[in-house]
Amino acid sequence: MFRTGDTPLPDIIILSHKLTRAYDMGGEIVRALQGVSVQIRKNEYVAVMGPSGSGKSTLMNLIGCLDTPTSGEYWLNGQKVSDLDDDELARIRNKEIGFVFQTFNLLPRASALHNVELPLIYAGAGARERRARAARALERVGLGDRMEHRPNELSGGQRQRVAIARALVNDPSILLADEPTGNLDSTTSSEIMAVFRELHRQGQTIVMVTHEHDIAAHAARVVTLRDGLIASDQLQAA
Amino acid sequence: MPLFEALRLALQTIRTQKLKSGFSLLGVFIGVASLIGAWSIVNGVNRYMTEKFAQTLFGVNTFQLRRRPMFTPNVPDSVWRAWARRPRIRFSDAEALNAGFTVPVITAWQSSDNQTVSYRDKQARDIELTAASERYFEIKNLRLALGRAFTAQENRSGAAVVVLGDAVAQRLFVDRSPLDRSVRIGGSAYRVIGVVEKQGSVLGFPLDRFVVVPAQSPAQNLVNPPGILDAFLVKAQSEPEMRLAMDQAEGIMRSRRHLRPRQDDNFALDTSEGVQRFWAGISRILVVVLPGVVLVSLVIGGIVIMNIMLMAVAERTREIGLRKSLGARRRDVLRQFLAESAAIATVGAAFGVVAGIGLTFLIAAASPLPASVSPVSILLGVVMGAGVGVVAGVYPASRAARLDPIAALRQE
Repeated sequence: MFRTGDTPLPDIIILSHKLTRAYDMGGEIVRALQGVSVQIRKNEYVAVMGPSGSGKSTLMNLIGCLDTPTSGEYWLNGQKVSDLDDDELARIRNKEIGFVFQTFNLLPRASALHNVELPLIYAGAGARERRARAARALERVGLGDRMEHRPNELSGGQRQRVAIARALVNDPSILLADEPTGNLDSTTSSEIMAVFRELHRQGQTIVMVTHEHDIAAHAARVVTLRDGLIASDQLQAA
Repeated sequence: MPLFEALRLALQTIRTQKLKSGFSLLGVFIGVASLIGAWSIVNGVNRYMTEKFAQTLFGVNTFQLRRRPMFTPNVPDSVWRAWARRPRIRFSDAEALNAGFTVPVITAWQSSDNQTVSYRDKQARDIELTAASERYFEIKNLRLALGRAFTAQENRSGAAVVVLGDAVAQRLFVDRSPLDRSVRIGGSAYRVIGVVEKQGSVLGFPLDRFVVVPAQSPAQNLVNPPGILDAFLVKAQSEPEMRLAMDQAEGIMRSRRHLRPRQDDNFALDTSEGVQRFWAGISRILVVVLPGVVLVSLVIGGIVIMNIMLMAVAERTREIGLRKSLGARRRDVLRQFLAESAAIATVGAAFGVVAGIGLTFLIAAASPLPASVSPVSILLGVVMGAGVGVVAGVYPASRAARLDPIAALRQE
């Protein structure tokens, strides 16, 4: 059992210990997370579920280093990130986390290749290296022939695959997906899930927030939140 | 993010949003164009005044003894009346000065008035008739295109000979040679012995509408009462010698007029500096007004850019959130938006420079103002334009940089 002051074991990618997050909503304190302790090992495929208001978005923001906890510890890939400042968090997001959003969040005027290059710009990579790595990431998600297309010239599934390529381009510790199929039809959804399954098979750690049971069913482990606490944490057959 | 990336991104945004960027750079464009245009006029006139006018037309190391100064901005009536009461400069004054100078100088008498010059049935009206002594041409740097100037002998004897300005020769003789023809000035006949090279114009005033006759010829009666001069011209070989000659002239004139030590001079010693002071008075007004105009357009330009950038930040909140989630630090976002507003302003300034130079050539071609582009104004224009962009971008960019990535990503 992890105690405050301990260091996580080497194969633990994500460790949260008694993580809480409270918001001040105009004088009223809202406790979105009330002490979440969870550990995720390398190459796990975890779905985070829960009804709206359960705190799953808050947890996902904390895991994604977009937010800092009110109390508790958060370790990511052997580094305690719960007390880092803004710029250090930006660096962690850049190096350790690959985001996939429900609404894709691609730059509309930039080509697929340039969209995928973005994280590498902030990593300080040179233009030639960026281009090569972005191209490789696009090939990995099967879009090697769509590099110069703009988002509006791509289908929804293709757009989400560009976003996945962007998430992967910096070789992050975790792929963090927030309702990755929320804007897609069921055929395209299973296409994206197939991509996730393949990435998982290749060794990628994936954390996926969803409220759809059939999407969560693709994961090997399902963590369910309720009222800011973990209600259940189950392994399931693939 | 390196600065180069920020700039590339900025130019890309400007390219994709041409219309919006076009409007936003209008203010800086106008500011810089007017800066360069107006500066060019001041610069051109300045150069004209110092190089051509003062040096060539007035004469280097030359001063003039006159009843009152020639170029005098904003003189009160009382001063003007006092000047009009002063005694005039006499032939005898000039002779006393010539005898009194101990530094090597050349001198000339000069009296002028407007007259009509005619040849057979042709007339040239409003011609500046100058009665001068023979060194006048040398002091005024008037070179002859045809014939010769009159001699000291001709001057002393009051020979009825005349040297024409280019415009007068053209008007009366067109393509024929005027030499040895006889023109009439104020009822007397004068033999043309020379034509002065074309002088062009200054600030729209033609410089070739003149004739010069010997100071003691009959024409003296047309320009001044007997024995009276408008000006006594003195040219020294160097600036210190000119100063010395001026001191001597002042002393001689004061003693001739029996002025007591506490009395002011009742004559004027004009130098080309006087002319330049006159011009400096005018250009000072421009120098005060011009930055005001430029400042107003740049401030407006800055406000426009700030507004456009605030709009851009609002429109691209999601993009900012995304960039932050992908690892952009505050300073990356700050730099991106600063680069964008600086780039907009610099592009505006660059167009402004081009327009300003165009304007300058237009002014130079279409008006008598001798406009000339100053390299400093181009540099200043671009630097100020870019500076306005940076200053105007600080607030929007820092707002963008401070955005919370979670809230920004949630923004529709």
